[in-house]
Amino acid sequence: MDLTIVWFVLIAVLWTGYLVLEGFDFGVGMLASLLPRGDAAAREKERRLLVNTIGPVWDGNEVWLITAGGATFAAFPEWYATLFSGFYIPLLLILVALIVRGVAFEYRGKIADAAWARRCDVAIQVGSWLPAVLWGVAFANLVRGVHLDEAHQYVGGFWALLNPFALLGGLTTLVLFLLHGTVFVALKTDGDIRHRARRLAGGLSVAAVVVAGGWAVWAQVAFSTGWTWVAVAVAGAALLGVVVTNGAGREGWAFTLSAVSIVATAVLIFGSMFPDVMPGLDGGASLSVAEAASTPYTLTVMTWVAAFLTPLVIAYQAWTYWVFRRRLSVEHIPAPAGLTWQRIRDAAF
Amino acid sequence: MDALDLARWQFAIVTVYHFVFVPLTIGLAPLVAIMQTAWVRTGNERWLRLTKFFGKLFLINFALGVVTGIVQEFQFGMNWSEYSRFVGDVFGAPLAMEALAAFFVESTFLGLWIFGWDRLSKRVHLACIWAVAVAVNLSAFFILAANSWMQHPVGTRFNPETGRAEMESIWAILGNNTLWAAYPHTVTAAFLTAGTFVAGIAAWWMVRLVRTRTPDNVELARTVYRPAVILGTVTMLVAGIGVAASGDLQAKLMFEQQPAKMASAEALCEGTEAAAFSILTIGDLTNSCEGVRHLIEVPGLSSYLGTGHFSGEESYLPGVEDVQEEYTARYGDTDAAGDPVVYTPNLALTYWSFRLMIGFAAGSVALALAALWFTRGGRVSGNPWLARLGIAAIPTPFLASSFGWIFTETGRQPWVVVPNPTGIDMVRLLTERGVSTVVSPGMVLASMIVFTLLYGGLAVVWFRLMHRYAVEGVPRVVHDDSPEARADDDADRPLSFAY
Ligand code: HDD
Ligand code: HEM
Ligand code: HEM
Repeated sequence: MDLTIVWFVLIAVLWTGYLVLEGFDFGVGMLASLLPRGDAAAREKERRLLVNTIGPVWDGNEVWLITAGGATFAAFPEWYATLFSGFYIPLLLILVALIVRGVAFEYRGKIADAAWARRCDVAIQVGSWLPAVLWGVAFANLVRGVHLDEAHQYVGGFWALLNPFALLGGLTTLVLFLLHGTVFVALKTDGDIRHRARRLAGGLSVAAVVVAGGWAVWAQVAFSTGWTWVAVAVAGAALLGVVVTNGAGREGWAFTLSAVSIVATAVLIFGSMFPDVMPGLDGGASLSVAEAASTPYTLTVMTWVAAFLTPLVIAYQAWTYWVFRRRLSVEHIPAPAGLTWQRIRDAAF
Repeated sequence: MDALDLARWQFAIVTVYHFVFVPLTIGLAPLVAIMQTAWVRTGNERWLRLTKFFGKLFLINFALGVVTGIVQEFQFGMNWSEYSRFVGDVFGAPLAMEALAAFFVESTFLGLWIFGWDRLSKRVHLACIWAVAVAVNLSAFFILAANSWMQHPVGTRFNPETGRAEMESIWAILGNNTLWAAYPHTVTAAFLTAGTFVAGIAAWWMVRLVRTRTPDNVELARTVYRPAVILGTVTMLVAGIGVAASGDLQAKLMFEQQPAKMASAEALCEGTEAAAFSILTIGDLTNSCEGVRHLIEVPGLSSYLGTGHFSGEESYLPGVEDVQEEYTARYGDTDAAGDPVVYTPNLALTYWSFRLMIGFAAGSVALALAALWFTRGGRVSGNPWLARLGIAAIPTPFLASSFGWIFTETGRQPWVVVPNPTGIDMVRLLTERGVSTVVSPGMVLASMIVFTLLYGGLAVVWFRLMHRYAVEGVPRVVHDDSPEARADDDADRPLSFAY
């Protein structure tokens, strides 16, 4: 097979890995404001519980994004250049969101202080809701097509990105990630919070069928052709499956199926773009896979690298999930280990 | 300011900022791994206490290295899209390799290390921090491969049809002699940074404890902090020698590969034999040779740095005016817009950043010598000057690294990809041609303001946390949480190291 096509598929795989993995940790981040119940102390414990479910893995999940970015640069430099200079403002917002979110995860527990925790919680909320929507907006625009000039420069401006189809795309990723995070929490926790998560997932899964299903059919009818119907069907079936399995208390299945629905959505997105990496709007100039690609030599080098390393990455990341397979409950959460800003004099001697 | 100037300022701000955290990460990860190894092998609790203490500081620092790195990965596309189009075929590959080979390992195994104290056996848990330590050093290799290619493009041809640089040999790019000088230099600088950090903090604590004169505290100083001072000092000494040796190698390469950079680093206007190394030079800051006055200099030293000869014909170094002439003949005197090209970087900036890089090494040297003296023959010290020196020395290698990069990168101007003198023709790009054309100055300005404010705020938080955890000292009690040390398997037991 032509290496450019192999690499288009590989880039799609990297983005899919990113959306599936960071999808649930965006969801868990959003849930930190939705799920906890009880008095202030109980809510704080539950919030810590939630953050701890993704603690060992969120950074590893985010590296899928960094790799997708780097691999796009290596395999499709024109795409990398056009996309990121063109989608400048949304990307800037995403970067800011990811920065404050990562810092908040890591620093929240370092200081035992209610005001500090609240500030970190705000950062986690901004950092989780904003990218959950913006990734959908960005990808929906790639499905719909964008305004490029003959030199492959994006000339559509910022506001053109906020069209109804893209906004519904943003809502779609939001709902999918929220659902994915909720079934993840149901799978990874025990006690009352697990049941609340399951109940919430019930409502969310129905909402996801409607919103994501509606967007996928719109995408398929208006901007796609042929075989991607399969992806639409799989996504729809998987989401219906979440409704059923979650209702039946089969948390492992519900999580697997919500992951499948995100994979299928990604297949729909990349399948609709192909053979372009940036389709033109209304049949205008576009940037094709072939035009964007690196030389066969570079692609060959990168294929070797990816062929050796990707299975290894998947193996040790899977092992991490195995190591941390145990369900967490509020009883597992130790007393806060953070320090106070003010030092108690000589206490440490 | 136009989009070009703004984009340059933005790149300089976010990259120098990223590189505040990076050297400490690169150097401290192996040091923490060594401490933990000492604990696992000897079972001596002091090493566990040090592992936890410096491990926390490492994690606080690592977090900012990670989040500022994300910006790095995307900003080539955002602000430098024309650069990305030109170099992507070559430059993207090491970036992607870095992510696949290093970032995945770092992030995954660090997660295992933080949360795995009580779930992994001692040896596996130890292996996790070593995986992180190796991976951070590997990531430096790949990113420096990309950067070294910009300084000295090898293994590449220019394709007139696509108008871009295209890779001919990945081995040439990974074997670039510039890389094999810059990599040891950067990594030894990172070890110098971390060694200074460990020795500085531990010396401060040692002095503090000894001065209380309570037997328990003096015992703590002797058994816990003194070994950390020694570890840090030995690291500094070895790394310091490495920095000087690799820096010397780099200087010799740079005289061949980027003569304009080195000539301006010496404020050397006309070519000369037996060129002196000036310690102090004054001049007007108009970036011209008129008015440069060397006040204090060491005869022949520049020639020696560049050529290995103090005097004689072989010690000849070209000056900026010679380089300007030569480059004008080779690459033309006007750019695409018809403006004249000045092939000389900013003289004052290159000159001073070079000296500040080398000069700031004095902080670490002073601390290393003092620490050796005050801890000789098993001693501990309560000398307040040692504590002050320990704290004062910590920032100096950070500053040296920043100035090293400012020197490397501004000295490369006006090029973003410097032409290789041994001639792969056309593989060269002026910085002004690399900037994104569709991004307006307003957008660049907006993002620059956003990043500057955000980074400024994060710097305050980072500093306060580092400071707070440093003055807390090693934990009073430490538990061996490992599965082998635990009789029970209580499922409801609180987990270690949770957020
Ligand atoms: C602790 C930090 C530190 C210290 C003490 C030094 N350097 Fe350095 N230097 C760096 C940190 C650094 C750096 C940040 O690591 C740079 C920037 C890019 C690079 O590869 O290393 C650098 C660049 C750099 C360059 C430019 C290479 C290029 O343009 O690619 C030269 C010629 C030297 N150094 C030479 C020296 C010499 C002769 C030193 C003293 C004996 C020295 N450096 C001390
Ligand atoms: C982390 C250490 C680094 C620091 C502190 C640093 C610093 C700087 C500075 C100060 C500039 C501005 C120069 C000027 O405009 O006068 C610059 C420019 C630049 N650097 Fe570096 N740099 C670093 C590493 C790298 C690496 C690893 C790469 C590539 C992989 C790189 C690529 C560039 C590019 C593309 C520019 C373009 C902007 C310009 O030339 O002005 N830099 N850097
Ligand atoms: C301008 C070019 C650079 C780019 C594109 C870049 C990219 C990145 C990225 C994406 C991360 C975050 C990885 C994560 O999330 O785990 C990171 C962190 C890091 N980078 Fe940079 N970086 C640059 C400059 C440098 C330089 C010059 C070095 C070393 C010499 C370096 C070494 C590291 C290390 C050790 C970290 C520590 C944190 C971590 O890896 O997670 N980087 N960088």
